[in-house]
Amino acid sequence: MEKKGIKIEDVHLSFGSTKVLKGVNLDIKPGEFFAFLGPSGSGKSTLLRAIAGFGPDPRGRILIGDRDVVGMSPWTRNVGMVFQSYALWPHMSVRDNVGFGLKERKMSASQIRPKVDAALELVGLSHLADRMPNQLSGGQQQRIALARTVVVEPEVLLLDEPLSNLDASLRVQMRRELLRLQRQLGLTTIFVTHDQEEANTTSDRMAVLDGGVIQQVGTPQELYDTPANLFVANFLGTANILEGRVEVDGADARFVTKTGDPLSLPRGAMSSGSNIVLRPQNISITKKAGQNALEGKILHKEFLGSQIRYLVAAGGTEIVVDQSHSSGVDGFDTGALVHLQANTSGAVVL
Amino acid sequence: MSLTSSPDGQRPGLADRLPSWLVPNLSGLHLVAVMIALLLIGLLLVPVAQVMIVAFQDPATGAATLQNFMDFFGSALFRESFWNSFYVSAMSVVVATAIALPLAYITTRFHFSGSILIQSLGFIPLIMPPFVGAVAMQLIFGRNGTVNLWLRDTFGISIPFMDGLNGVILVQSIHYFPFILINLSASLRNIDRSMEEAAQNLGSHGMRLFRRIVFPLAMPGYIAGAALVFIKVFDDLGTPLLLNVNNMLAPQAFLRISSIGISDPMGYVISVILVVFSVLSLWASFLFMRGKDYATVQKGGGGMAKRTLKPAEKALAYGTVIFILLLVLSPHIGLLLLSFGTIWSFAPLPDGYTLQNYITMWEGSKTFIMNTVLYAGIAATLDVIIGTAIAYIVIRTNIFGRKALDYLATAALAVPGVVLGIGYLRTFHQFDVPFTGEPMASWWVIIALALMIRRLPYALRACTAALQQVSLALEEAAESLGATKRRTIQKIVVPLMTGGILAGFVTSFATAAVELSATIMLVSSNNDAPLAYGIYLFMQTPSGRGAGAALGIVAVIVVAIGTIASQFIIERDKKLKASSGDH
Repeated sequence: MEKKGIKIEDVHLSFGSTKVLKGVNLDIKPGEFFAFLGPSGSGKSTLLRAIAGFGPDPRGRILIGDRDVVGMSPWTRNVGMVFQSYALWPHMSVRDNVGFGLKERKMSASQIRPKVDAALELVGLSHLADRMPNQLSGGQQQRIALARTVVVEPEVLLLDEPLSNLDASLRVQMRRELLRLQRQLGLTTIFVTHDQEEANTTSDRMAVLDGGVIQQVGTPQELYDTPANLFVANFLGTANILEGRVEVDGADARFVTKTGDPLSLPRGAMSSGSNIVLRPQNISITKKAGQNALEGKILHKEFLGSQIRYLVAAGGTEIVVDQSHSSGVDGFDTGALVHLQANTSGAVVL
Repeated sequence: MSLTSSPDGQRPGLADRLPSWLVPNLSGLHLVAVMIALLLIGLLLVPVAQVMIVAFQDPATGAATLQNFMDFFGSALFRESFWNSFYVSAMSVVVATAIALPLAYITTRFHFSGSILIQSLGFIPLIMPPFVGAVAMQLIFGRNGTVNLWLRDTFGISIPFMDGLNGVILVQSIHYFPFILINLSASLRNIDRSMEEAAQNLGSHGMRLFRRIVFPLAMPGYIAGAALVFIKVFDDLGTPLLLNVNNMLAPQAFLRISSIGISDPMGYVISVILVVFSVLSLWASFLFMRGKDYATVQKGGGGMAKRTLKPAEKALAYGTVIFILLLVLSPHIGLLLLSFGTIWSFAPLPDGYTLQNYITMWEGSKTFIMNTVLYAGIAATLDVIIGTAIAYIVIRTNIFGRKALDYLATAALAVPGVVLGIGYLRTFHQFDVPFTGEPMASWWVIIALALMIRRLPYALRACTAALQQVSLALEEAAESLGATKRRTIQKIVVPLMTGGILAGFVTSFATAAVELSATIMLVSSNNDAPLAYGIYLFMQTPSGRGAGAALGIVAVIVVAIGTIASQFIIERDKKLKASSGDH
């Protein structure tokens, strides 16, 4: 089947007087695994449900392939959705659940059976065909919900927080499985999550949402390395944000912190902005002063195994620093006076 | 604490030197438990067992036999009664479903102003004993009633709504449909939005969606309600008796016992059949629902999917709802008209209006009302005392057999009023009342006790719910400050349960006040008769109908006030508990 892309054009949506989506534009390519990432209340689930046709009709256009689906009934859209709660019908066996959509498409029993078998095969649960949903574990229910959705060969696949009801170890396993399935079927897929690790590990590209607005779109690495704003910088991983100003001196540029310490910036870096973003792993702690170094005092220390995380008072704020740990090395003590050496070659000024 | 160790500074007493199994640790609570057990055995188990035994006994020799059952099924009248009872119960379920399903569906699935009104109006039939409305229904739907007079004038046709079994079916389904409405609405509300959305996502909608997803998921609630309706109709005595439909099981039992006497075995055989059917339908509904907890509202789900109606749909929905509500309220409207009417016969409405019926009623039924207050008062008081005690014993102690106590008290639900009445007649006619020497079976106290047993399950449920809301820590705090078990119950537990206990009292009182099926068997003279029996007496003659209706209105008001009061108490109690931060 031909892969379809999804175009979202200037979509607005309100619940009563509350504006939930405020002009969303997106272009999702055919066959892409795309994530909507954002905190709760950011509008990510609402946007997904609008694509599937649930909730109030939005203003704007939602194109699947060339077809504008806004205003169409959910049952005519041929959009596959997997629900956060799985929504397996408890009064039907696994086989009946998976075959439901085919039956709705008026297929004969003899056509349905092999398709259901193939779908169960795909998720590796052929042996559970005659069980009832309440006899399945969470992970199994998740897979059946997936089989039930893909068996009708939808044009796009929508996953609404599909892993949030699973425990941590199963979650890692399931997200690999999801990715494998998506690659195998080549289905354009949107995955809604509030967990950045899930989005990072699965998606080709992702959109970070906040307050009903898309903050940034890009590959996980792009978003982490070059966040477009403070929200994205803070939301993806841990970020130290130091206030100050940029000083340009010919071809060289420096960022001068509130406390007056200069940090050199790479050539061609952004010459405006009043915040510099430093990731914890790009700072090292030394006893001696030097280039690009800030004076500080260790406030707190957490032993994390492969790393030691320090909280250091420096540059007019509190800075998180991760130092890799090797056995036998004791590191620094709380209260010690130290210098922070920042690697600013990839630093972003916002 | 070990029984064989003695406190410091005290000489070991005799009890301490005996082996511990000889001196069981009998607290006051054990004593209470034993007393309640004896009471339940004497007032519920023995009478019902008595009925069972007599059904299997040869009336002449007392030998065990199946002859009574063979006689029963050998008689054409009894076979017909059996079939009629079954047919009426099944059809009542069908008609009650037709009434309840649209109401439940419209109010739970759509944004429909007036949903709350409908859900509460749906309860109104329950606050009137069905037999009270039966006469009013006859005047509205009967052969020469309002509706048929109009049909005849307009279309030249008449519909036999109230003829024979039809009348019983109509009255019963209008009265009992709330059981289906309540359970079905709760089930529908418990279906998670995603259940429907998943089906829509896969291409399903409209009636197919309802038939394949929504209704199957609501099935457990529906079955629970339908089973209740079936049992209630199967056991009911008052309605067929008042509509003069005697070829059904309960009226036959009543007529055999009251006309032939308590030695006639047929009343007992019918009782056994009634009990067996009660238990069977409860069991069948339990079997059906086992493992089908379909409450699907869950984390990440969105609750009920409610849809806004299009204008045409809205008109249709309002039309349906108004039609059903008119039908459901017709007994009340009819009763009200009848109570204020002068003569109402062969006419769509009464000829004129008067207060005379109320005056006649008041003069003729002071005794009935006094008796009702006395009987229902005694029954409800005993119910909440026993209910509180059982609730405490079951929830807070590990006394041996506490579950059995709970089951025994609840088992009264499965015993039809007629059966309990017959059981009391049979059991207590052998004993005399102390001092007066009259037979116990015709003593008024027995009526109060029968009402007590009949309403105990409801009071018990209210008390249990109340106690479950009292945190164990509150009791432990009192005990750690030196209060004994008894003082703790007195000073902490019972005061905190007051709301629930009061609600239980009011419900028991109000429903005991209008109970007919057990009392009609036990009333030996009109001087001892309660209100429900009074209505039954009035309704026997056409001239007494107006006064009977007036008394019926009194009954409706009593139950309505009771229901509203108990709701009010429960709500106030909830607020009180919430504001004191106890949760």
